[in-house]
Amino acid sequence: MNAFVVGYYALLIGASCLAAYLGKRQAFLLIFSLTLASFIMGIIGGEQALWTVTVIAGIIGLAAGVAYSFREFLALILPREGARVMRTAPLTASFGLFVIFTYAIAGIFAPVIAPYGEAEVISQSFAPADEKMLLGADQIGRDMFSRIIYGARNTVGLALVATALAFLLGAVAGLLAATKGGRLDQFLGRVADVVMSVPSLIFALLLLSIFGTNVAVLVVIIAIIYSPRVFRLTRAVAGDVVVMDYIEAARLRGERLWYLIRKEILPNCKAPLIAEFGLEFCFVFLLVAGLSFLGLGIQPPTADWGSMVRENATLITFGEITPLIPAAAIALLTVAVNFVVDWMLFRSSGLKE
Amino acid sequence: MATKEKSQLLKVRDLKIEGYSDENWIEIVHGVDLDLNRGQVMGLIGESGAGKSTIGLAAMGFTRDGCRISGGSVEFDGMELTTTPESDLRALRGARIAYVAQSAAASFNPAHKLIDQHTEAPVQYRIKKRMEAQEDAMDLYQRLRLPNPREIGFRYPHQVSGGQLQRAMTAMAMACRPDLIIFDEPTTALDVTTQIEVLAAIRDIVDQFNTAAIYITHDLAVVAQMADVIKVLLKGNEVEEADTETMLSAPKDDYTKSLWAVRSFQRDEKARPTEGGDSVPVVSVENVDAAYGDVPVLRDVSFNVYAGMTVAVVGESGSGKSTTARCITGLLPPKSGSIKFRGESLPASYKERTKDQLRQAQMIYQMADTALNPKVRISEIIGRPAEFYGGLRGADLKNRVDELLDLIELDPSKFYNRFPPELSGGQKQRIGIARALAAEPTFIICDEVTSALDQLVAEGILKLLDRLQDELNLAYMFITHDLATVRSIADEVVVMKEGEVVEQGPKTEMFKPPHHPYTDLLLSSVPEMDPNWLSTVLEERGVDNIGESAET
Repeated sequence: MNAFVVGYYALLIGASCLAAYLGKRQAFLLIFSLTLASFIMGIIGGEQALWTVTVIAGIIGLAAGVAYSFREFLALILPREGARVMRTAPLTASFGLFVIFTYAIAGIFAPVIAPYGEAEVISQSFAPADEKMLLGADQIGRDMFSRIIYGARNTVGLALVATALAFLLGAVAGLLAATKGGRLDQFLGRVADVVMSVPSLIFALLLLSIFGTNVAVLVVIIAIIYSPRVFRLTRAVAGDVVVMDYIEAARLRGERLWYLIRKEILPNCKAPLIAEFGLEFCFVFLLVAGLSFLGLGIQPPTADWGSMVRENATLITFGEITPLIPAAAIALLTVAVNFVVDWMLFRSSGLKE
Repeated sequence: MATKEKSQLLKVRDLKIEGYSDENWIEIVHGVDLDLNRGQVMGLIGESGAGKSTIGLAAMGFTRDGCRISGGSVEFDGMELTTTPESDLRALRGARIAYVAQSAAASFNPAHKLIDQHTEAPVQYRIKKRMEAQEDAMDLYQRLRLPNPREIGFRYPHQVSGGQLQRAMTAMAMACRPDLIIFDEPTTALDVTTQIEVLAAIRDIVDQFNTAAIYITHDLAVVAQMADVIKVLLKGNEVEEADTETMLSAPKDDYTKSLWAVRSFQRDEKARPTEGGDSVPVVSVENVDAAYGDVPVLRDVSFNVYAGMTVAVVGESGSGKSTTARCITGLLPPKSGSIKFRGESLPASYKERTKDQLRQAQMIYQMADTALNPKVRISEIIGRPAEFYGGLRGADLKNRVDELLDLIELDPSKFYNRFPPELSGGQKQRIGIARALAAEPTFIICDEVTSALDQLVAEGILKLLDRLQDELNLAYMFITHDLATVRSIADEVVVMKEGEVVEQGPKTEMFKPPHHPYTDLLLSSVPEMDPNWLSTVLEERGVDNIGESAET
């Protein structure tokens, strides 16, 4: 029994007593069940296990703190409408926003932030971390940290462009199909069915081996693969809107198709489309990473998180976590985007209006 | 009546209910008292937002999502409902307190037969065996005068008509012989000829089983038929309570008086213009036949609308009123016949009409909620037609929008930048009118413009339309099933039934006998502010054939 263990239990029991006294039912249940679980973990895993619990709790606490202060920060600096929205945002959403914000900064200012170039060999292969290299070196001696920063620009940038293109294709086709109906609707619908019926990874591999691997081809192929899903959603949402009386009124006014779509239909489909954008972005992101892992995505020496996982995979056998860092970067962004999307879906699902 | 047991059933004291909006709890019912004896029917009336339904539901110890009972007590047969655990309340609902919702079509599960849904509650509560419950259901169907009572229960909800469904729902509420039934606007969604059947059925069954009832509605004439006692509500407060006779003959409060006075608006009938440019009808519908696919809906429909006059097109739902409007606007090109505008034939489809032809005929819709784009500012909604047809830009456009807002009696500075969901129902309908006016039309189709509104608000809209007609010499085609509206605003009346024009002529002639039998049925079905009206009508018609009379 050392001071840490005594302090650990004292803190937990003290906190649960306080929660019980203040009548915070949920907090009490959580803390006290953690205390009980800690007794068992302490007996089985010893002090080590308790340290792990402490570190995890610390990380969660830190993340919550960051999310909270970021939310308050945004609520202060945003204009009135935005501030009102932010004040009601859950912590998960502001955490997601914070992560996205950090990635965006890293991507945009990559050359300034990264200490070395993405293709610059500065050390031996698999050199451990030192004061020059924050995360050590990769398989040919490039700085891991710099490559992660550049990866944010390359991988996320590519996924963003591809998703935007997929949305442009899908949304325009979906709005046209819903507004015009008839044969055009049938035709576009069947085309979407055909594209969707081929498994996306295999389809991408096939097209990439036909057209060769470069960034432009990659973007177009991913956009084509993902546009049918956007098409379907847009068509379904817009289909509910076009039957409204205000669309009839606009048609009877003699409005052109473009005005109808832009001014009358699109504003009413925006919420689900934005939410879908977040989700699709994650899928596209994972597909890009997957393709890179297979060697068909972004080509070396350009830094890319997916291929970085593959290139450093051998290190895993030596018990190093280096290859998991880019994987963690992918996972963190995916989780963050989903937090934000969940929040947006919640906001658009009828609580307003 | 005299033999009824008079013990107290429901006692509500100082009931306060809060609703959650914009992260705040706002009180929506401010301390209402309510007493109900066994076998008594209480009518709750008030405009929308008065808290009628909320109070009705609170009588079952229930609140909608986002609402909570924040104070007061609800005592049902000696049981305090606000503190009763949820499981006990559930045992009470359906068995001892039943609820009949406004839209039976939305409240029945479309995947199950009527009788299966009917017998669910009694079997669940072990009050009856399944076969007994089924026999009882058929008995109730017969008492409610549903056609084929032994067979109708085995149909699915979509296979019976709206009025029958509403009666089946009342039968279902009676399944456990509850002590109290809450009727939440059970006839609001029905047209007059169906409404009268449902009213008669409900009244009889409540009498027969000595059930207490709370009858929620905004239609005074209806509540006068049903209730023993009437309570008037305004914005979550009680205005006054009295028995029906007293309430009708001598209302005390000013608000109640204004409710009573609503139906008094009436204007003089105008004659058709005989000389000058106006002697040619603005719109004439000539021998129009129309069909949806292969199903014919209109047969040989003809009528004329003259400048500055209002033609009311009446008939029950499905009679082809709205379809005629769709033919005129060109949304549904007629199979044969033509639509003439000032003597000139219009192209059948709206797509082939010129901008000017489109401008001349505008439409105001029944549901202002769906007729205004919720994501577009008021300034743009009203400004767009002016910009589109008149080519107005910048300051001219802004002035025109201000002018239009003034015209519909809304303050431009308050409404210019707002979105439709921030407006009340009556204000939305006014915006709909302004949008139609912005095109500077000569002819406006008003499709049931007042039927979704409370009577006070509806009267305001009618007065506005009347004033605009005088100022701008507009021609109206007024589609409605409410004959009270026809009485107040129409010059000429066209009665439609099953896609044909049954009778047409000037208003005064139409309201004077002799009528076509169908017109007669329509006219006599309009509830009047006389508590004995329903009994009188039923006697005249002969009680037993009331169900069929609507179908002939």
